[in-house]
Amino acid sequence: MNIEVRNIEKRYGSFTALGDVSHVFESGKLSALLGPSGSGKTTLLRIIAGLENADQGQVLFGCEDASHRHARYRGVGFVFQHYALFRHMTVFENIAFGLRVKARSQRPSRSEIRKKVERLLKLVQLDWLGGRMPSELPGGQRQRVALARALAVEPRLLLLDEPFGALDANVRSELRQWLRRLHDEIHVTSIFVTHDVEEALEVSDQVVVMNAGKIEQSGSPDEVYDHPASPFVYRFLGHANIFQVAGGSSLYVRPHDFDVFGEHFPGAIAAQVLGCRSVGAIGRIDLQPNNGGDPLQVETDKNSMRSMQVVEGKTLYIRPRASKQYTAAAEI
Amino acid sequence: MFRFPSCRRKVIPGFGLSLGFTLFYLGLIVIIPLAATFLKSAELDWSEFRATVGSPRVMASYRLSFGASLAAALVNGVFGFLTAWVLVRYSFPGRRIVDALVDLPFALPTAVAGIALTTIYAETGWMGQWMKEVGIKAAFSPLGIMIALIFVGLPFVVRTIQPVLEDLDAELEEVAASLGASRFKTITKVVFPSVFPALITGIALAFARGVGEYGSVVFISGNMPMKTEITPLLIITKLEQYDTAGATAIAVVMLVISFVLLLLINLLQAGYAGRRA
Repeated sequence: MNIEVRNIEKRYGSFTALGDVSHVFESGKLSALLGPSGSGKTTLLRIIAGLENADQGQVLFGCEDASHRHARYRGVGFVFQHYALFRHMTVFENIAFGLRVKARSQRPSRSEIRKKVERLLKLVQLDWLGGRMPSELPGGQRQRVALARALAVEPRLLLLDEPFGALDANVRSELRQWLRRLHDEIHVTSIFVTHDVEEALEVSDQVVVMNAGKIEQSGSPDEVYDHPASPFVYRFLGHANIFQVAGGSSLYVRPHDFDVFGEHFPGAIAAQVLGCRSVGAIGRIDLQPNNGGDPLQVETDKNSMRSMQVVEGKTLYIRPRASKQYTAAAEI
Repeated sequence: MFRFPSCRRKVIPGFGLSLGFTLFYLGLIVIIPLAATFLKSAELDWSEFRATVGSPRVMASYRLSFGASLAAALVNGVFGFLTAWVLVRYSFPGRRIVDALVDLPFALPTAVAGIALTTIYAETGWMGQWMKEVGIKAAFSPLGIMIALIFVGLPFVVRTIQPVLEDLDAELEEVAASLGASRFKTITKVVFPSVFPALITGIALAFARGVGEYGSVVFISGNMPMKTEITPLLIITKLEQYDTAGATAIAVVMLVISFVLLLLINLLQAGYAGRRA
């Protein structure tokens, strides 16, 4: 079932949170809403969930217009950044909540509920923790409980608002790989909000980049990364070195898209080293081009940085390997 | 030579000093006067003591005082919760005024409250005459005492629940809604259990206040022995007859019962909180 938003608008006073946003989230895919804070991504997610009402526009679940449906009847699982677990209930009761509050005619029997919760606990790899209270668990496990709770009602759509935002870096990367595998297993249409580029590129099937209440670009992670549709997307996805070229347009080059030479090389420009440091296996060099212009950030591997004996003040020769050109009009 | 501070030192300093001060202060304000009560009552020998506190009139007053206080505290539990809910969850014109009104029973001299309530609930009063029509006697009956105790106890419940409700995470209710819970189930299964410990505290405070209340009750109760005579009034009566030992004997029993009840409530609450921690 595709999820479609059509011409969604949302204002808070004079602030436009979302201005005429339209997009189709494909059935069974894991989509990422990526953008800086204040770009409207969480607002859009909450409107899809029915936790917030749009001033204008429609939310379509398949062919059904869900715009005016209460959150309770949308069949959407929602996972919050800070888990929002019920503190007075055990992990088991948290997961069972959605089943226990069903109307009597639809409510599964006690033994069915037990079976289902146990299956979900196994799915999120916490089967031995059903009797614990949420406060006894570390963040990563709490978030998995929140996910199991959302999945218990068999939602048509799973929405995750910065699901890993409150976690340590290690737990974070572990959990996002786990989410990816889980999604491959259960294939429920999912949308997650993040401001972390790496997270969006690593986990999702589709990336939707948002800025200032609008969708800048959407596509597969490779499409978006390799062909940024606008200077904003280019800059948001990673560091950009910008060269002014004739005709008023600009050339954007990623730090890792340079060839770096220790001696003069045809077509390469000379630049002086302002500083250098290694980050893991990467060597990062700050350079000042001799022809003036803005300082550049260039990345190479640590070994070649070492063999070129890069030190402050040394002159290097660099040549862009790949670049992207934007007209001046696009840059605004 | 540089010396590291002792590793045993606590991160928050001043534990010894603050604990010492707290104990000293509690001793001065609470324990010494109460101990004096116990000492004074010890002037009676055991049989005199039993005769004083066990007399039918005193027993009737215990039943009335604790019974009416408990009933009033429970009524306050229900309506205080509602009041707090309305004040926290809705914004309406005059909300701040209503909010300030809640504190009035704190500020008003209790005798004024008692006289006002008596005037209104007497058989000739605004409310009293209508209640008489349907056969309810409000003033000069245990019901009247309850009304006075509800009045003085309301702020305790509202003011203990209000901050907890304000801090309650809106996401919890949103999650419950997205999981398909009706509004009613969200409130009974999510909101209410979160507020429950505060509610118990509020009820306990209102109850304790009710047990000790004197000023407002003596006007509305009519003070009929065996029927509408509260324990604090009996104590005053004994004092007026220069029976200090008898008065303190009644007070001691009241103190012990109150202390045990409050301790039980605290334990109940700690048990509940412990389950969540």
